[in-house]
Amino acid sequence: MRIGVDVGGTNTDAVLMDQGKVLAWTKQPTSADVETGVADAIRSILSQSGVSPARIASVTIGTTHFVNALVERRELDRVGVLRLASPSGEALPPLTGWPRDLVECIDRRCYLLPGGYEVDGREMASLDENALRAAAVELRDDGVTAIAITCAFSPINAEMEHRAAAIVRESHPDATITLSSEIGRIGFIERENSAILNAALTTLARRVVRSFARACAAIGVSAPLYISQNDGTLASATQAEAYPVMTMGSGPTNSMRGAAFLSGLGDAIVMDVGGTTTDIGALSSGYPRESAISADIGGVRTNFRMPDVLAIGLGGGTRVHLDPALYGATELDEAAFRIGPDSLGYRLAQEGMLFGGNTLTTSDLARLAGIVSFGSADGLPVLSSTVLAALQARMRTMLEDGVDRMKTARGAVPVLAVGGGNFLIPDDLRGVSQVIRPPHAEVANAVGAAIAQAGAQVERVISYEAMDREAAIEHVAQLAREQVLTNGGDPATLATVDIEETPLSYLPGRAVQVRVRVVADLLPPPSIGASHAA
Amino acid sequence: MLLDRQAIGDLALGAAFLGSGGGGDPYYATLLAEAELERRGPFEVIGLDALADDALVVPCGWIGAPTVSVEKLPNGREAIDGLRRLEEIMGRRIDAVIPIEIGGSNGLAPLFAAARLGIPVLDCDGMGRAFPESQMAIFNIRGLSACPSILTDASGSLSLIETDDNLAHERLARALSVAVGGIAHLVEYPLTGREAKDHAIHGTITAARDVGAAIRTARGRSEDPFAAMFAALEATGLYPHAGVLFDGKITDIERETKDGFSVGRVVFESFDGASRMELDFQNENLMARRDGAVVAMVPDILTVMDRETADSITTERLKYGQRAKVVGAAAPAILREERALEFVGPRAFGYAQDYIPIEEIGAWLKP
Repeated sequence: MRIGVDVGGTNTDAVLMDQGKVLAWTKQPTSADVETGVADAIRSILSQSGVSPARIASVTIGTTHFVNALVERRELDRVGVLRLASPSGEALPPLTGWPRDLVECIDRRCYLLPGGYEVDGREMASLDENALRAAAVELRDDGVTAIAITCAFSPINAEMEHRAAAIVRESHPDATITLSSEIGRIGFIERENSAILNAALTTLARRVVRSFARACAAIGVSAPLYISQNDGTLASATQAEAYPVMTMGSGPTNSMRGAAFLSGLGDAIVMDVGGTTTDIGALSSGYPRESAISADIGGVRTNFRMPDVLAIGLGGGTRVHLDPALYGATELDEAAFRIGPDSLGYRLAQEGMLFGGNTLTTSDLARLAGIVSFGSADGLPVLSSTVLAALQARMRTMLEDGVDRMKTARGAVPVLAVGGGNFLIPDDLRGVSQVIRPPHAEVANAVGAAIAQAGAQVERVISYEAMDREAAIEHVAQLAREQVLTNGGDPATLATVDIEETPLSYLPGRAVQVRVRVVADLLPPPSIGASHAA
Repeated sequence: MLLDRQAIGDLALGAAFLGSGGGGDPYYATLLAEAELERRGPFEVIGLDALADDALVVPCGWIGAPTVSVEKLPNGREAIDGLRRLEEIMGRRIDAVIPIEIGGSNGLAPLFAAARLGIPVLDCDGMGRAFPESQMAIFNIRGLSACPSILTDASGSLSLIETDDNLAHERLARALSVAVGGIAHLVEYPLTGREAKDHAIHGTITAARDVGAAIRTARGRSEDPFAAMFAALEATGLYPHAGVLFDGKITDIERETKDGFSVGRVVFESFDGASRMELDFQNENLMARRDGAVVAMVPDILTVMDRETADSITTERLKYGQRAKVVGAAAPAILREERALEFVGPRAFGYAQDYIPIEEIGAWLKP
């Protein structure tokens, strides 16, 4: 049996799953003290189901903690940056273009050291071990333990970054080291930025992940703890402590993965309706499509894997702006009203009209239209059928435009409607073959966490003249499969979920950047029988 | 004219548009310019009128693979080494530099070198847009020599190219750029002040900056960035006609690498499914056909832009499903002369098609 928990800004959701079935679930307000919140949620599903903590095979948690820390500039570590790329890149020192306040928080020490590879794999310059040692000693003496190492073309060959890390550890054993090759792809500045942000989160990541572990221990769950990653795969607690940025976009991913699992559909558009926004994403083979655009995190351009999500300002708490004098109108001008983008968010339960408040929201409209039955109709205003229809038509258009923007082909696609506000999505939408509301749609995100798989992604630049295309893809896929097995994947369930080839212009020999992503179900821990694996 | 931080951002936006899908994303060039701005203050750009006829003017820019340029970053010495060696060869100081091409990242390239050498950048360039090869520069079209030309790289290597044949020069420079790792700095077509005045495409830095400023300002006011951009393009006098040729979604994309070029075709469909556009590219966008009829062709500018933000999308970043507008603009008149079209017209890119100006076809979508 597996537990999935999603700690969102508003709610903490948890599910207990066995053999692909949801045995118990809960949705609770997120507490200020996360450790207690997670423990309460897990305790609730265990007591509902009467399952003993000893029967749990894994706990997977998705969290938005780290992205908030970067946006709010709090609890960030000082970072030492070791760049292995000289003589290249000296004109563009690390943190160029960063917001000043963030640079001050990170108080970086940068070392531009010889190293790096050329695109064809040659060393651009050999590693200067003495210079590296001297830098490590300076950082140690300065009390800087969070260290980011970036080497030119390391996504193609990570060997030099690993060698440098080993040398740094010799003279600075307390260092926590981020390797850029573990995070990002080609695009030096974005990858280095990602590595520095990751290093800045070192202390916070350790604290948060350990508080999750304590929460599990407090209720007697001794199963392995995992943190879900941006791409829908798992990080062990140790990996998540080391690479927190890889878990920052897991919320939308978990919703999409959960929706795919609950509906049995691998290719669809997912609409996750929360209190403030509807997150729209595209599933392909059960995994979210990745964003092709550099993600801007806290004002810094990064390139780690993030799901491609379109957030539109329409959720269950979204405000409806219409002059009350027009509530009974028999004609309504398009310009006379506006829906959102502001939302009551968690204040819906106090200020929404169906809860006795004074603010008209989309949930009130759903109640008036007879779509939902929660709250009380007593406090709701009387809207003419024209007005109600006009408001609903606007919401429909917003949703339809969103679906259209995320679709990749012209034909009609199925939509999976999930999240607490999924009632806002009508049963028929333009360009949509059918709207499916899977069972347990309101906790799809926690389901996504519970079912997360082991995964790996490998990227190489290969000359299709030197190596046959099929052989090249197989070579990269093999490297990815090996990594998945190292990450705890079950060899019987290995599956390639994505192959991407990007031809590179102005290079000889038909050079192509090949990227392959492989996943597998998690092997059950040896102490638990295989029959318990979900 | 001094270019400050905001003007650098504007220039990058405008240069990306003038890249016509090629020339590389100017993001890294922008960062480099901003880093230098922090160190030395705003960049000086002067008009050609201020220049003596016997001045020495040097076009420069980067040659190589965009993918490498985002991983093997500049050392900073490349342009300086090349320009200093040229001074030795010519036996005199360089008075000003210009971008070899305004389109894409090379539109910003000379700013850094100029600041380091303490000389101005002239408000002009050699292509008026981006082209895939060096001999497509107006200076070759007008019969000037590319040499002496100097290629340098981040590791400090320097190659001097001397040949009377500008096509051979392009081939040598291309091969050298691969040999040094896929990205190099190229100093080429050294000009006298008189030659720069007679042959360079005047006012393109100002034009790119104005186009970028128009997009930025419209975005800030939540106005239509496309309308603002077209007005700015027309106001430059260099790009007198501009408009939207298609509005839709990418439904198919084919590409392959051929002789080092990224060659392919992207298909758009309108949102109602009634109309489609095929856009051919060879690094830059070359030819657009709407419902089977040609609507624009090289050397006129053809750029795919995000339909909401008006961000230019380079051919390498075109993806299935993107919602975009295909925008066309008339090329500077100098590129439409008969002799110029032999080098940069549709036949130069293998089309059995005479050049027809974009405004003559007049296939603009109604705003």
